[in-house]
Amino acid sequence: MEAKAFDMGAIYIAWCPGCGNFPILRTLKEALAELDLDPTQVVLVSGIGQAAKTPHYVRTNVFNGLHGRALPPATAIKACNPRLTVIAESGDGDTYGEGGNHFMHTIRRNPNITNIVHNNMVYGLTKGQASPTSRIGFKTPVQPGGVYAEPFNPLAVAIALDASFVARANAQDREQTKDLMKKAITHKGYALLDIFQPCVTYNKLNTYEWFKNNTYYLDNSHDPHDRMQAFEKAIQKDPLPLGIFYLNPHKSTFEDNTGVYQQDDRPLHERDVDFGRLEDLIRNFETGA
Amino acid sequence: MGNYGRTERKEDMSIVLCGEAGQGVQTVEFLLTRLLKLAGHHVFATKEYMSRIRGGANSTTIRVSSRRVAAYVHRMDILIPLSRGAVEHVAHRMTPETVVLGERKVIGDVCMPQSCRFFDIDFTKIASEIGNKIYSNVVAVGAVVNLLGVDLEHLKGYVRHFFAGKPESVVEDNARAAEAGYKAAGALNLPADVKLSMAADTRVKGELLLNGSEAVGMGAIAGGCNFVCSYPMSPSTPVLTFLAQHGREFGMVVEQVEDEIAAMNMAIGAWYAGARAMVTTSGGGFALMVEGLSLAGMLESPMVIHIGQRPGPATGLPTRTEQGDLQFVLRAGHGEFPRIVLTPGTLEDGFYLTQKAFNLADRYQVPVFVLTDQFYIDSYYNIPALDLSKVSVQKHVVETSKDYRRYESAEDGISPRGIPGYGEGLVVVDSDEHDEEGHITENLDLREQMVDKRLAKGYALEEEMAPPELVGPEDYRNLVVCWGSTYHVVKEALERLARDDTAMLHYRQVYPLHESTVDYLNQADRTVIVEGNATGQFADVISLHAGIDIDDAILKYNGLTFSVEELVDGLKGLLKPD
Repeated sequence: MEAKAFDMGAIYIAWCPGCGNFPILRTLKEALAELDLDPTQVVLVSGIGQAAKTPHYVRTNVFNGLHGRALPPATAIKACNPRLTVIAESGDGDTYGEGGNHFMHTIRRNPNITNIVHNNMVYGLTKGQASPTSRIGFKTPVQPGGVYAEPFNPLAVAIALDASFVARANAQDREQTKDLMKKAITHKGYALLDIFQPCVTYNKLNTYEWFKNNTYYLDNSHDPHDRMQAFEKAIQKDPLPLGIFYLNPHKSTFEDNTGVYQQDDRPLHERDVDFGRLEDLIRNFETGA
Repeated sequence: MGNYGRTERKEDMSIVLCGEAGQGVQTVEFLLTRLLKLAGHHVFATKEYMSRIRGGANSTTIRVSSRRVAAYVHRMDILIPLSRGAVEHVAHRMTPETVVLGERKVIGDVCMPQSCRFFDIDFTKIASEIGNKIYSNVVAVGAVVNLLGVDLEHLKGYVRHFFAGKPESVVEDNARAAEAGYKAAGALNLPADVKLSMAADTRVKGELLLNGSEAVGMGAIAGGCNFVCSYPMSPSTPVLTFLAQHGREFGMVVEQVEDEIAAMNMAIGAWYAGARAMVTTSGGGFALMVEGLSLAGMLESPMVIHIGQRPGPATGLPTRTEQGDLQFVLRAGHGEFPRIVLTPGTLEDGFYLTQKAFNLADRYQVPVFVLTDQFYIDSYYNIPALDLSKVSVQKHVVETSKDYRRYESAEDGISPRGIPGYGEGLVVVDSDEHDEEGHITENLDLREQMVDKRLAKGYALEEEMAPPELVGPEDYRNLVVCWGSTYHVVKEALERLARDDTAMLHYRQVYPLHESTVDYLNQADRTVIVEGNATGQFADVISLHAGIDIDDAILKYNGLTFSVEELVDGLKGLLKPD
């Protein structure tokens, strides 16, 4: 399938020229096409922010919800119809700040969804304040003395929670990013793909060049099944590793754990109430259930 | 309190069990209510309890009657105190006629102000003699059952049924404990007026005995609910528990989530994917869901929200009852969008209205509230039946075509609702203002169109509003207005007043307000509202939407439910003289 299957045609895109979101958008459409996914069977779910507008620029089903709240509906959509490919895609502020609680608990729940996080270490839509992943010392109009809080480390948190797939990409490396996207989407279980993405307007520190000079790709010497090693890589700085940090393929998914697909693989909307069984349940109340 | 109902005494007994949390008051309640119902007596039970796991003082009031009972009475005919402090806890309900059946050494040397009818039965000693003092609650059950004139074999039979599945020795020990309690009460030679002497009604045996949470839970199942996600919060948790225990056999996903924010957003995702979802919570939890409620309004997502009210603000009284969140529910959510608020009065309402909530939500693509309270959720009584032939699941999801647009303009505002993966189209929804396709827009003309479309649904759904129920004479001069869980208590109070010029108007659906309200209220010379809150919230709804000010109000907000007696007293002073 060609990537244009996911093109929206002539639409207005609300990102700044040169925004790091553009390469991610392009890469995503290619990844979906190369996986031969039918647009009607894909749901892109997002919250609020510049990255969260991405679903509007891809020809698929879209659930663009509230700020920080992409993961709960994404989890539910997959649980109600496991045949759909569900991708939650938002920014670092949306996923790690406003939605931090859902981030943790979605990892614990392990739905078979992909979570793509555009991580540009700054707030774009609200015009340049610090994000949870901003580096210490980063100055903004609201943090004039520089950020002093420890940056949120999504990979270390995910590994600590035994997430089933943890990876990081760099938006400008389109081929590597596409490969990681495809692996994340085909992985069974919750897959976190954090993507470094420059904000050309509000982040003059973490630029295309900065990301290029401060990252490297994990090689074969890294064993993604080794959780301690993965954690060590996750807390490494200067340079920052890229690639698959951690994999745990042995976890059951949320959909499996709900129990409703054990004997029936139909999505919930195709099913009807078993009124005979309900009649039996009601009758229990004659004698004291 | 006065002696209302004293003449009915033998036909209608009020038994109060009182003990500490964790002492097994609920087991005694469970056993007594079931075996009395199976003996052919109408029963009602309601509890009030403190917010703790052990200790404190909790009480359950059980009414046994020869006619249907479903309201709380202040009167206490028999008290079974199970702990030190129990008598003090309910002392305000004690009269010289109250019979206290208990162990002096357990309840202590309490001063029982008016009671000259204390009967000492050593439940613990009797239980220990049988083998374990843990059986003392069952001994107490046996003693009460004796006073109520129930057959000993029936008692033993039900106790065996209740403990079935436990080791044979445990089953038999409990049966013997019940028998010993029964005989101990018999040996007291209690005066005849202490005993219940009514005939059993065999029809009652086959009736259903359930509480509000079970009625709502089974209504959800009957409504096709197949996705429930919530965070536990008193007093709504029993609905979540019920569905967790029974949902799986109906193919229901039941998930305890990290917070109420997740609950609401997850449930909206579930409806989006074609499921029928519900959240269940209380006022504080709903406060966290409010942004998500607004999302449902914007996405035009169906949603069913069960709220078991308790007194606020903030944490308030976690285990108590109130009707204090009506205005909150009506106004919740930023922006303007329609909604429906259902307020069950009877257990049947809890079942049929919750069932209907799913059809209404699906058809009109709006949030539908089922608004109950702690009293409603925790109260039991017997009802004849829940008739499944009266209900059906009406699904309104359409298969999408290639050019499908989720928000295609429609005269009644209701665009056909597609779901992803069903059909050739794409389903796009957005919390931003959006175009017909569902994509984000800042076009201000479109904005206006979309607001009008969303509000149009509110006018469309008025056609399906349930009218209020008039109980009493049609040519009334006094009208007592109520809503939600006060149905039975107002009804019984009016029956006791026996005035042929006074009727009750009960709303099981408070919003949108039914158009018949104006005529009903205009006919009355005097109107009185009964509400479990401090400000008369439903009276304000009526004033706003029907343009009529209610004359008087009986309001209660101390965390307890209304008693029949206090409404009789209160109404006497407010109704126009005969």
